[in-house]
Amino acid sequence: MFDLTGKNALVTGASGGIGGAIAKSLHEAGATVGLSGTRVEPLEALASELGDRAHVLPCNLSDAEAVTALPKSAADSMGSVDILVNNAGITRDNIFLRMSDEEWASVLEVNLTSTMRLCKGVIRGMMKSRWGRIVNISSVVGATGNPGQANYAASKAGMVGMSKSIAYEVASRGITVNCVAPGFITTAMTDKLNDDQKSGILGQIPAGRMGEADEIAAAVLYLSSAEAGYVTGTTLHVNGGMAML
Amino acid sequence: MSDVADRVRKIVVEHLGVEEDKVVEGASFIDDLGADSLDTVELVMAFEEEFGIEIPDDAAETIQSFGDAVKFISEAA
Repeated sequence: MFDLTGKNALVTGASGGIGGAIAKSLHEAGATVGLSGTRVEPLEALASELGDRAHVLPCNLSDAEAVTALPKSAADSMGSVDILVNNAGITRDNIFLRMSDEEWASVLEVNLTSTMRLCKGVIRGMMKSRWGRIVNISSVVGATGNPGQANYAASKAGMVGMSKSIAYEVASRGITVNCVAPGFITTAMTDKLNDDQKSGILGQIPAGRMGEADEIAAAVLYLSSAEAGYVTGTTLHVNGGMAML
Repeated sequence: MSDVADRVRKIVVEHLGVEEDKVVEGASFIDDLGADSLDTVELVMAFEEEFGIEIPDDAAETIQSFGDAVKFISEAA
């Protein structure tokens, strides 16, 4: 449906469930993809599964220098970065009263600060070509809060405010900046939940099931497309009705 | 010097869509030539490309007028 032929997309956290699905979906639509992540092996595996038009670009997002270098190495290997998907994220859950400065800082650094650095690194090129798509993967938790996740929720809410501000600044250059906010998605992380936890979660979801990574990827694909050129500064909630925002 | 000025003027005229005779020594990009703050970033990017130089952010902020740009580039190139 959406054609991304000739577009180059950089996806962070591509070794994870959601990031992998996003990369596959953009690739299937014709884009060349730069797969970034900390663990090289799953990135290599995904690249060989995709075949042509896939580049492996390992990067540790808690290393500021490596993050600053990533947009350039992506542009060097693909020719440009037309689409940036900031999907990588970490959690360090703890109740707020016990949350250490380190737990707070590491989550903000990886989830929010690295997103800022990557956005900064790709926007000049996008301005030049008068076309760009930035999709930041937030979370339902950024809008609703969640006990034990003050750091994570702050980082994901921060992403929304930052995206809107950048969206204002670059809209006149054909660049859109949007967020996708997943609810509970079936991934390696949620597989670890026990049956009691799962049924507790499902009770809060009108759709009565968890979401699939493909359903997040579809939202990202839409926001990356030419057709979504008039959509900017918004957050697309993909959560089975869990929070109707 | 005049060569630099001509090349800078050409970029400014093309980018901001202004008349060539408006681009004078003291012409401020924002106040006189109708640029917005993003235009000034793009002008600096265009100067970097045209002259093969790097203009760091703190220096870029001092380039407010046509004259500033010509002076900076003449010294840097």
